[in-house]
Amino acid sequence: MTFSLNTILLILLGLLTAILAPLGISSKFQLDVLTLIFFTAYIGQSWNILGGYAGQFSFGGVMFFGTGAYTSSILLTSFGVPPIIGIFAAIFMGAFLGLIVGYLSFRSGLRGSYFALITLAFAELLRVLANSVEFTGGGVGLFLTYAPGLHNLQFNSPTGFYYFSLVLLVISLVIAMWLERSRFGAQLVAIRENEDAAEALGIDTLKCKIYAIMIMGGMGGAAGTFYAQKYLYIDPPISYSIALSVEMLLVTIVGGMGTVFGPLVGSFFLHIVNEFARHFIDTPGVSLIVYGFILILIISFLPNGLVGLFHRARKKKDDNDA
Amino acid sequence: MMLEVKGLTKRFGGLLAVSAVDLEVAKGEIVSLIGPNGAGKTTLFASISGFLKPDEGAVNLDGRSIINLKSHKICQQGMVRTFQITQPFATLNTLENIMVGAYSNTSNKNIAQLNAERVADILGMTSLLYQTADGLTVAARKRLELARALATNPKLLLLDEVMAGLNPTEIDEIVEVIKGIRDNGVTIFLIEHVMKAVVNLSDRTYVLNDGKLIAQGTPKSVASDPVVIEAYLGHGAAKMMTNGGKS
Ligand SMILES: Nc1ncnc2c1ncn2[C@@H]1O[C@H](COP(=O)(O)OP(=O)(O)O)[C@@H](O)[C@H]1O
Ligand SMILES: [Mg+2]
Repeated sequence: MTFSLNTILLILLGLLTAILAPLGISSKFQLDVLTLIFFTAYIGQSWNILGGYAGQFSFGGVMFFGTGAYTSSILLTSFGVPPIIGIFAAIFMGAFLGLIVGYLSFRSGLRGSYFALITLAFAELLRVLANSVEFTGGGVGLFLTYAPGLHNLQFNSPTGFYYFSLVLLVISLVIAMWLERSRFGAQLVAIRENEDAAEALGIDTLKCKIYAIMIMGGMGGAAGTFYAQKYLYIDPPISYSIALSVEMLLVTIVGGMGTVFGPLVGSFFLHIVNEFARHFIDTPGVSLIVYGFILILIISFLPNGLVGLFHRARKKKDDNDA
Repeated sequence: MMLEVKGLTKRFGGLLAVSAVDLEVAKGEIVSLIGPNGAGKTTLFASISGFLKPDEGAVNLDGRSIINLKSHKICQQGMVRTFQITQPFATLNTLENIMVGAYSNTSNKNIAQLNAERVADILGMTSLLYQTADGLTVAARKRLELARALATNPKLLLLDEVMAGLNPTEIDEIVEVIKGIRDNGVTIFLIEHVMKAVVNLSDRTYVLNDGKLIAQGTPKSVASDPVVIEAYLGHGAAKMMTNGGKS
């Protein structure tokens, strides 16, 4: 996809709105919701790179998030390393975990649901490990102290975290836009569409898939640091929660896999739906039912997600104009 | 020698699909490989190009052994195969499909696009550039296979039945295209059933039956070889035909 002038203007306008939003939003709650939407869009994008572009679905994407959260938190609590450095260690550990998982599973030729399940197994394994070793704080978890400051990646207002999530989001969008325009991105898409043909045409499919899962891992690692510094507490069920693994694929599938804005659109959509559902039906777990329902609808009727719907509408308009 | 194959053997369990095959393709030649269905032709191609691991034998490309290389490495060394059953990148358009091949020589998007457009032009696919691959006709998909492979800028092209399913006009067109590719310095080794095209195109022909090479020579001499006729039509067929011709 090449970006038309209109698209570029729209992106800049969106960015400007996002930057100025805190001036107009006085409610802390609303700013927090936006922060969460951006965060989910960001982590959804990490899933999208391996799942949407390279076609390798993972059910255990949370493993990178959890490992990143533990990396920067342990560095901080045990060694006094400030999170602004710790986040890079988290990115490194996430990418390194991606290398290990990618090498082990892709080298042995795991594809499709086998790969998805093996990632789930890795995430579960890490959760059990984090629960049983000492340096993670075991089942008790890790408590972080609140000491606002950029070096701690902590802020004394929701606005600070809002901008932190915005920076992450923008980085993830830039990565996706780069994929759309680069050889590496084209190679990932070729692998998704037909792995044998990709190999025949000179693509080192193993290497490309490993790079993709390493990017996903690095991004997930940074997300872990963000979460830990914002909520100041992590434990194994939070760090390796299946719910987050599901959420990152959900926002991407709903928004549109293999598209730049799919995860962001999906994240907005699902959070809004969730707020509505909570407003009208005050039963716990109802959002899960609603999510499930939406997912079935999208998969049945909109295989390219909401972004695909938008493209279809625009194409129709172009055809009518012509 | 562009391609040298020595003693190549490939088994599937108890089935000997390719048995001690020796063959050579010289630089600039168009060589064809024919044989009945199930003879082992596709398996031979797959074993040469790194998609299957042969059980025995040697394969040299331009003097260098490629026997244990993965297929993407073999492509990078200049030999690329097409698939008998076309394998398009289904949701991508023709241009994007061909660009994947072109990217094997450049990481620059604009250069890849220019090369892809040039290849599309050679194959007469310019009007299809923005059509999605899964909407293409059989003939166009066969061309797309060829186009993607050509876009990798190979020394040696392995074409697996690129004419199957095409009508006579389309076959004539693709025969001309293949001749043009050879004239541009690409060596071609092709599996083909369409005898007219084989005779028309190839400098030399190998015949494979039950995994073994049973004949080789010019296409005309091979086509009239009794051993070959028997392989295609069954035991005694050659005798019947020669008798039939006399009486
Ligand atoms: N992957 C495979 N596993 C088992 N048997 C195979 C496989 N591929 C091909 N064969 C068998 O090997 C023989 C040769 O097949 P193939 O190379 O496709 O023949 P051709 O291309 O000459 O028609 C056939 O008997 C076929 O059934
Ligand atoms: Mg075949």
